[in-house]
Amino acid sequence: MNFKDKLFNTITYIASFCTIVFLFGIILSLFFEGLPVFKFTTIKDFIFNKDWYPTMNPPKFGILSLIVGSFVVTLGALAISIPLGLGAAIYTSEIANKKVKEILKPIIELLAGIPSVVYGLFGMAFLSPLLIKVFHLPIGLNAFNASIILGIMVVPIISSISEDSLSTIPQHLREASLALGANKWETIMKVVLPAAKSGVINSIILGFGRAIGETMVVLMVAGGAAQIPNSIFDPIRPMPATVAAEMGETAIGTPHFHALFGIAIILFIITFISILITEFVVMRKRK
Amino acid sequence: MKFKILPILTVLALLAVPAFGQSNRLTIAGSTTVLPIAQAAAEAYMDLHPEINISVRGGGSSVGIASVMTGTANIGNASRHVKTKELATARENGIELYENIVANDGIAVVVNPSNTINGLTTAQLKSIYAGEVQNWKELGGTNKPIVIISRDTSSGTFEVFNKLVMKNVPVAASALKLASNNAVASTISNTPGSIGYVGLGYLNDSVKAITIDKVMPTKKTIQSKEYPIARTLQMYTNDEPTGLTKKFIDFILSTEGQKIVEEQGFISLN
Repeated sequence: MNFKDKLFNTITYIASFCTIVFLFGIILSLFFEGLPVFKFTTIKDFIFNKDWYPTMNPPKFGILSLIVGSFVVTLGALAISIPLGLGAAIYTSEIANKKVKEILKPIIELLAGIPSVVYGLFGMAFLSPLLIKVFHLPIGLNAFNASIILGIMVVPIISSISEDSLSTIPQHLREASLALGANKWETIMKVVLPAAKSGVINSIILGFGRAIGETMVVLMVAGGAAQIPNSIFDPIRPMPATVAAEMGETAIGTPHFHALFGIAIILFIITFISILITEFVVMRKRK
Repeated sequence: MKFKILPILTVLALLAVPAFGQSNRLTIAGSTTVLPIAQAAAEAYMDLHPEINISVRGGGSSVGIASVMTGTANIGNASRHVKTKELATARENGIELYENIVANDGIAVVVNPSNTINGLTTAQLKSIYAGEVQNWKELGGTNKPIVIISRDTSSGTFEVFNKLVMKNVPVAASALKLASNNAVASTISNTPGSIGYVGLGYLNDSVKAITIDKVMPTKKTIQSKEYPIARTLQMYTNDEPTGLTKKFIDFILSTEGQKIVEEQGFISLN
């Protein structure tokens, strides 16, 4: 091996080593700052109590409403983005001709390039008054608004990854199906989609991870009320919004500070599990 | 030879920058409420003294106080007073937090302009925020559910509201808790049944300020402490300010500096 090769190997080795160091550094500090919250509350109380009153005297650190808030808005977002994203993927990959596809694909991907604060502004200034008018709601900043905005943000993730996986399905599968007398719709639903199943599931889980971790949008449009919602039109306070809104004004080293890191740990565990599931799905496909 | 001198000079130049900059640099961090004052004052001060470089950051009251403790800022802005725990932590690090009051601020209670209510008492305000009164008609208004809008429980503005109005009674869980004064103002302007509170500097025509205990939040009523929901804004320094820090704070306290305070929508000290 010559010197140049060695140098190149070392540089790439250092680069990959650095990412591992950063990752473990972040995880370590997360747990180091977050675990002390359990000196003030129990794990059971932290996760299953719905009262989040961190600055009251005495404070209450129950994050159930925040966890429920996160899941409500994320599932709402998926309910919007799965049909839209999958539909767009099927159209661009299976139905559209080459010209349309070449225009459509970058436009959908452009959605992913819009900064989340712009989505947030849109939800706050435009969608919120619209919801008040159309549904006669007392308030436009709620779980429904956040679900719509997050759903639109997740569409490009689901559509581009699903589309990639649909287009890797060999052409002869489609031809065989058509030759057996199936029409286009039957071919897509019964042959192509099942064959691309793992890619589609993967895209949905990635979309889930994106939606549950998104901070700016839920901070701006979810309303921020720490309650378990009675309906989709109630304001909620998802976990990332809580951390982002309160961290700046919280005195370092206080129970509240540690509780915010505790929320970050829960969020980390949820996204970690979703990544594990995608790895599992991809691995099963390889076998 | 020529080849070697250049990098040496570069290194020397880099070393010289911080050494040269020490006495001409001022770093300010903290409360987003105090931020516009600090920003405008810094710009005016740098105009007068071009050799001075002042950098101003936000981050929140706690960040401001923590920055002074860790020495990452000369001045820490806060819209609340320092807490006993923070004073103790600072002392452990050999830092004595010194409070410089730079402005007065009132927290105005605002409603949507379509609301017929023009004034509330502190007790009524408290029962609205506690979730006991849920419809405007109970207060003599139209039949519309009240949408409570509050600030995040850790913001300085909330802390003052909590202390002066709520007296540690929890705000209803259904209350919207928004992240900034601007977010509160814009939400109230497009939500008919809403009530909220913002710093006086954030009042505009899209929302309607109401009287509290029959007192309108104005410069006079806040300076005279007649208006019940008022506070001071402060800049914390390590011990009594000296050098450039002192000059800058003296500038804010001067007639010219207090004019900037007023221009930013706050209330001057005198």
